[in-house]
Amino acid sequence: MTKEITYLEAIREALQEEMRRDPKVFVLGEDVGPYGGAFGVTQGFVEEFGERRCLDTPISESAIIGISVGASLRGYRPVAEMQFGDFISCAFDQIVNQAATLRYRYGGRASVPIVVRAPCGGRVSGGLYHSQNTEAWFIHRPGLKVVAPSTPYDAKGLLKAAIRDDNPVIYMEHKYLYRRARGPVPQDDEEIVEIGVAATRREGDDITLLTYAAMVQPALEAADELAKEGVEVDVIDLRSLLPFDKAAIFRSVEKTGRVLIAHEDVKTLGIGAELSAVIVEERFDWLDAPVVRLTYPDTHCPFAPALENFNLPDAGKIAAALRRLAAY
Amino acid sequence: MPSIKRTKFRLTNDQLLEILYWLKLIRAFDERLSVLVRQGKVRSGVYTGLGQEAIVVGTCYGLRREDYICPLHRDLGTFLMKGVEPGVMMAQMFAKATGLSKGRDSALHSGVPELGIFGNTSMLGSNLPVAAGIGLTFRMEQVDHVVIAYFGEGASNTGDFHEALNFAGVQRLPIVFICENNLYAYSVPFEKSMAIEDVAVRAQSYGFDGVAINGNDVLAVYQATQGAIRRARTGEGPTLLECKTYRWHGHSEHDKAFYRTDEELAMWRSRDPIPTFTTYLQHMNVLEPARLEEIDARINTTIDEAVTFAENSPEPEPTDAITDLYA
Repeated sequence: MTKEITYLEAIREALQEEMRRDPKVFVLGEDVGPYGGAFGVTQGFVEEFGERRCLDTPISESAIIGISVGASLRGYRPVAEMQFGDFISCAFDQIVNQAATLRYRYGGRASVPIVVRAPCGGRVSGGLYHSQNTEAWFIHRPGLKVVAPSTPYDAKGLLKAAIRDDNPVIYMEHKYLYRRARGPVPQDDEEIVEIGVAATRREGDDITLLTYAAMVQPALEAADELAKEGVEVDVIDLRSLLPFDKAAIFRSVEKTGRVLIAHEDVKTLGIGAELSAVIVEERFDWLDAPVVRLTYPDTHCPFAPALENFNLPDAGKIAAALRRLAAY
Repeated sequence: MPSIKRTKFRLTNDQLLEILYWLKLIRAFDERLSVLVRQGKVRSGVYTGLGQEAIVVGTCYGLRREDYICPLHRDLGTFLMKGVEPGVMMAQMFAKATGLSKGRDSALHSGVPELGIFGNTSMLGSNLPVAAGIGLTFRMEQVDHVVIAYFGEGASNTGDFHEALNFAGVQRLPIVFICENNLYAYSVPFEKSMAIEDVAVRAQSYGFDGVAINGNDVLAVYQATQGAIRRARTGEGPTLLECKTYRWHGHSEHDKAFYRTDEELAMWRSRDPIPTFTTYLQHMNVLEPARLEEIDARINTTIDEAVTFAENSPEPEPTDAITDLYA
């Protein structure tokens, strides 16, 4: 029987396997050392790899990324942990100006193979600074790649791909999924999930539903509801946000003519805006209805469950949006 | 503040003349750039280090190829001393295809990994965490290479400065932090941006020595750097050297620098590191007049050839605006 593990364990396995495979891979961040990370991802790493390859840093997010860039210039493949994805703002300059531009300004003579792990997302009563989804900040920056897995399989396969990638990759890992998502993972060392390739989670001919990360599960539940009503939804898990899989999206749009985009990030200039624009620009003639977005409202991430639930898209809200779109 | 740890060094006459050559070459390069800006041949991004050459030469002289430098925006001379051809640097300033960044940026925002050169962004001080990362790999590999990381006194007020020096102190990284204190952060004078006399004291907060030295005395800079490098190579960790100096031109070539007095500039020009060192060499009978002419002629030829190379170099391919984004 195939082994099933959690999303968090899948991240840990990917790190361990890559660190065993390649001595140039090391992890650094706040509390990643003997403590094993705020969420326990690096538990046991100091025992296996030593403190030099599992390096506790001061609370210095900008330096964590700068150090990673410096090490990458000498052939290392650092995996930097932002304890919470929200804290990535403290490292913003090192990511967008230092890491993202380096290859370009070096005339192609160098690359920056770093991974920035960013535990993100809500439904965990994390409040304003432990719940954010910051992917759109980085999708807007050429030179970076951004991935956001929804399953243990992708969590492991995408992290391995990110570590082996020669470019800076922002790896958005969703905290809600850490211990709730469980499933099989790649077993073969060479089994990775290619960056830039979406996965169709459910096939349908009536509506295309584009989503990712913690929105995939509620999207599938909503699609099941709609199936009972005779509407078949094509659920596409983007997995990679920069680059995103245009070909897979267009194949689905050409089939359905109706598109719902669901994401946990806020609406204005979230990735949904870009997806919608690309679809309208390049597949307008296939559309039978306006492209619709269901997102977090343009607000902050509140602490009280009543407030947070009001903001978060869920299966019920997605189903309602699908019904409206089907009836258009 | 700790006193300067005296480090014995011996330089042969040829080495002393080589130091003079570098001082004068870097001066001539910047002076030519200044002219080229006025002629409209170099459009922007020129931040000369005129007056600060002793810091570049005193810190770079004698570095190994494997040692890494992380210069600031005025340190074009460090690129030359670390092995980039003058023509390539000139082409970089001309934004030509043969420049380090293929015309994408004219300033010192490029680098050459195989020569141990990291070129920073315009975000001053953001090179220092990168320097820490490079130093960390030297320590991981247990090799005795060093990193020379440069910043202005202005950049010592950034978060990256403090994050990097703190980390370097904790990890005892082999880094020599060189502060080029030229008294002005663009237009803002030193006393308006910090409430201390010397940037060097900041090192104490991070558990290593910081000393202030005369940044216009190339041998003083060389001596202090050699001491710091020796400590770094033997595992004794980082050192901060604050080199007191002055920039003769404005922040960039477009800055008329009205914020300072003629008297102040004249006083600092009288401390020009090059005549001081030249006189010293003459006094020590190291430099004969014929030798000085020979050095000057060699420099003129080098700069002329660099300009010719840059002028004759092709413009970048327009489509290179969108290449080299990803490996």
